Amino acid sequence: MVTHKTTEQASLTDTEKPVLRAKRVDVYYGNNLAVREVSLDIFQHKVIAFIGPSGCGKSTILRCFNRMNDLVPSAKVKGEITFKGKDIYAPKVDPVELRSQIGMVFQKPNPFPKSIYENIAFGARINGYKGDMDQLIEESLKKAALWDEVKDKLKQSGLALSGGQQQRLCIARAIAVAPEVILMDEPCSALDPISTLKIEELIQELKLQYTIIIVTHNMQQASRVSDYTAFYNAEATDDGDKIGYLVEYDDTETIFQSPQQQATQEYVSGRFG
Amino acid sequence: MIEKTAQNSNHDRSNLYDTALKKRYGIDNIFAVATWSAISISVIVLAVLLIDVCIDGIPKLNWNFLTSFPSRNPEEAGLLSALVGTIWMMITVAAVSFPLGVGAGIYLEEFASDNWFNRLVEININNLAGVPSIIYGLLGLQVFVRLFEPMTGGRSILSGSLTIALLILPVIIVSTREALRSIPDSLRLAGYALGATKWQIIWEHIFPLAIPGILTGTILALSRGIGETAPLITIGALTFISFLPENLQSAFTVLPIQIFNWVSRPQPEFHDLAAAGIIVLMVVLMVMNAGAIILRNKFQKKF
Ligand SMILES: Nc1ncnc2c1ncn2[C@@H]1O[C@H](COP(=O)(O)OP(=O)(O)OP(=O)(O)O)[C@@H](O)[C@H]1O
Ligand SMILES: [Mg+2]
Repeated sequence: MVTHKTTEQASLTDTEKPVLRAKRVDVYYGNNLAVREVSLDIFQHKVIAFIGPSGCGKSTILRCFNRMNDLVPSAKVKGEITFKGKDIYAPKVDPVELRSQIGMVFQKPNPFPKSIYENIAFGARINGYKGDMDQLIEESLKKAALWDEVKDKLKQSGLALSGGQQQRLCIARAIAVAPEVILMDEPCSALDPISTLKIEELIQELKLQYTIIIVTHNMQQASRVSDYTAFYNAEATDDGDKIGYLVEYDDTETIFQSPQQQATQEYVSGRFG
Repeated sequence: MIEKTAQNSNHDRSNLYDTALKKRYGIDNIFAVATWSAISISVIVLAVLLIDVCIDGIPKLNWNFLTSFPSRNPEEAGLLSALVGTIWMMITVAAVSFPLGVGAGIYLEEFASDNWFNRLVEININNLAGVPSIIYGLLGLQVFVRLFEPMTGGRSILSGSLTIALLILPVIIVSTREALRSIPDSLRLAGYALGATKWQIIWEHIFPLAIPGILTGTILALSRGIGETAPLITIGALTFISFLPENLQSAFTVLPIQIFNWVSRPQPEFHDLAAAGIIVLMVVLMVMNAGAIILRNKFQKKF
């Protein structure tokens, strides 16, 4: 794989087109610039880790990719984000349709207070799934490595599962809509080490079919699961606001072994701040 | 070394903190007694009222009382027309105010953007909840009885119901909003992330969870509505009706008006009838509240 860099964006390979591409993206909350000039390319069937100190804008950028930021009234996105070559912030793009192609898993497991079955069926149903629902539910749960644990209690409440199981249910729910990209915002931060490991293994399985962006504060996790890593940092402005930016984006090995920037080096080795 | 630090911190703690457990438990007890007195006073007052009403009213309660029309002769008088009028009105009020109130509540909570117009609407609705009911009576008189007479039939069940519906609308709107607001946002986000539209999320996930709260608010508002007298007297509900309503445009009376009418008569026999009427009204209210609890439990059981 050829790796080269331009001044504006870290383009990691030119052998294929990126699925998602951010070009000089600025995000504002109200009048405050929260993240500035983020440019990066995300390639198919890879796992990309977003790392960086708290408040540097990892979640903010992540939410731009499926336009969840639209739901924050004060949020404003400038610059360009393309999904398979098309600008996702163009007026004719329907965020509802976009979100069915780019799924999301949240920090805190948030299954619907309904049965396990209904949790997965909902997304498929609203997106007009025409196939066999029972089969889809079994497949999704198998892909999320949850089937064996719940196959006898599909009618039970999703809330009756453990935290780790709930998170895998949320992943199954996202998969059932057949997205191309899955965004995960600290999906393991509320889980015990064993559940975390299960989800990490799951991510390795899933990347054969999906492109995954995962935000994590866990350096080992980033180095274990990801192919590429983006390191974000924040700098303070004169009036005390913090503005996040992308420091370095490269394949994970480079980021962890021989990063270009000193800040990255310090952060990944735990000598940051 | 470790022991020493432990000792040090213990020593520091007693210097820095005065746990004063005795005093705190004392305050606990004072509050327990104060709240207990509050509940006892209200229960005693209620009990005295109930007992007084029951002593006067129960002897008069019989099948005849429930199935006779009012009469000048207290021996023959009953509250059939008032009871039927109250039931008609309750149903009409519920049919009008529930969809309107819940709809407005959903709009304000889930769809309205935060601009000056919506904020103005919001402030007004909150204020409307505190407007005296007689004002609604005047409004109903002018609008429903006079302006829309061809449709409502003047001093009819429909006019009365619309007036009461308006009266309780703000309460339903506010309780709908409270119920919707109590549903965690994480569920909404989960829905959006799957490509759901706003309405799909509200209908499938938010509404079912909010329904118990919405129902509780609605039934409380309805109970208040059917006990209202002043606005109905203002719009001119009759006090002496010896026929059953045939449609929504019929003239009508309701239990509180019948009770009011009996209380204001000089003969003491009628006062006992009023007491019996109060018991009937309370039973109707209790049935409604029981219905609310059953409905709520039914919806809550799901998960
Ligand atoms: N809804 C919002 N409204 C206003 N400001 C926000 C909002 N969400 C985030 N911000 C601001 O944007 C900046 C970036 O926040 P963001 O949540 O993206 O950080 P993060 O990198 O995900 O942090 P963490 O690691 O703690 O999750 C922060 O300064 C935060 O205060
Ligand atoms: Mg975050």
